[in-house]
Amino acid sequence: MTAAQRINIGLSKVPAWPLYILGLIPPAWFLYQGLTGGLGAEPIKALEHKLGEFALQVLIVVLAVTPLRTWTGINLTKFRRALGLLTFFYVFLHLLVWLVLDVQILSQIWADIVKRPYITIGMVGFVLMIPLAVTSNNLSIRKLGPKTWRRLHQLTYVTAVLGAVHFVMVAKGFQFEPLIYLGIVLALVATRLKFPAKRAVA
Amino acid sequence: MAGRYKSDLKWSDVTPKRDYMNRRQLMAGAGALALGSIAGPAMASLGARKSNYGRGLELNTYEDITSYNNFYEFGTGKDDAKNNAGRLTTDPWSITVDGMVDKPGKYDLDDLTSGISLEERIYRFRCVEAWSMVVPWVGFELSDLLARVGVQSSAKYVAFETLVRPDEMIGQRRPVLDWPYREGLTLNEAMHPLTIMATGLYDEPIPNQNGAPIRLVVPWKYGFKSIKSIVRITLTDTRPPISWEMANPREYGFFSNVNPNVDHPRWSQATERKIGGGLFSKRVPTLMFNGYESEVAGLYAGMDLTKNF
Repeated sequence: MTAAQRINIGLSKVPAWPLYILGLIPPAWFLYQGLTGGLGAEPIKALEHKLGEFALQVLIVVLAVTPLRTWTGINLTKFRRALGLLTFFYVFLHLLVWLVLDVQILSQIWADIVKRPYITIGMVGFVLMIPLAVTSNNLSIRKLGPKTWRRLHQLTYVTAVLGAVHFVMVAKGFQFEPLIYLGIVLALVATRLKFPAKRAVA
Repeated sequence: MAGRYKSDLKWSDVTPKRDYMNRRQLMAGAGALALGSIAGPAMASLGARKSNYGRGLELNTYEDITSYNNFYEFGTGKDDAKNNAGRLTTDPWSITVDGMVDKPGKYDLDDLTSGISLEERIYRFRCVEAWSMVVPWVGFELSDLLARVGVQSSAKYVAFETLVRPDEMIGQRRPVLDWPYREGLTLNEAMHPLTIMATGLYDEPIPNQNGAPIRLVVPWKYGFKSIKSIVRITLTDTRPPISWEMANPREYGFFSNVNPNVDHPRWSQATERKIGGGLFSKRVPTLMFNGYESEVAGLYAGMDLTKNF
């Protein structure tokens, strides 16, 4: 038995549902830190950035599930729905902090979404996640049919790229960190590209 | 010359630093509070003349002013400056003064500033990122220093440079900006009595993360204009390149005066958040020229501030 098979057998005993509860801990911890001084003198931006970055990190894990299975045989597919929904939840919280704690002013929120490209891109990324979150259940897979459902969920790639580009555009000066995120996301999306077969057979 | 600004308010009217003890430490409990008091720097008082410029402004805590800093020479995180600036050697320190001056040279900081009396200046500080503080700086007017080196009549601008020392300034190991950090003012801006060179805050020597041993403070401009840890001052007749404009001319201009009516391309400048208000702090309107309009608007008479941002 290969190592991957042993890992998969071990994982088969681990349920996915606790992720929904465990996933609440990081944002709760960030909020607690923000309320008690752990996020520094200006906790609003810090909380906003932590949530956004964490969402991107979890989204990268989501995107890594398929290549990991292809290349190593380790199968994390059953955890992917929970991680995807958590990503949506974190992005939603990130947006909420921006709306309620950061910008605060309703007229300015709309102006920002329309006028500021990095915010427009972030908003598009979030909006594209809504149908994915809504259809992240077995009933939707049955109703849409697996083929349509899979096509719809390929929007994840678009969302991930938009999220990473949004991060790059927020940075001041030349900074490596957001570019590293973008590089990882692009590499993971690239693993999905289907290259034409070596030779076209007539 | 110190003390050109006078008012009837005394330094004793300003709430002492310890009374502004950071509310985050209060929330963290009495233990942390005690620790905060003990851990506070036991520096000698600079004995700066207590001018009262900035009456009515609520000071930020020493903790806020010295822990939330943009000083990319030490990293891009707000706490990087506090965490990494400790290793910077600030003594000895010399400043090269060159260009259109009568007495160019490499001056030891103490020689350059000897005999210039220090003065307290309580100024609003508005970052281009739309946050703000109120800081009790200690320093002297830049014009005093310029008078000492003799500005020639051909000079129109003053250029400044920050130290480059990547083994101590670890943020300089990455090309976040084109080091050295560069700034500049028109000569009129530099000679304005509000423009100071700060060597202290809260009547103590200025901490490294705030730009030790000497920095510029131009209170009506966005904070990045107030260049830190200065090693070079050049008088010139051409507008000097400045770091943020070099990095992104669409977003940052040479003047960078605080102006609520001219947005940064990525965010509005109409409002700001005062540091220290916690997670639910409300935005407040940003003032034209950061509240110094009556003093400095004349410098820009007839100028289109939308174009000359």
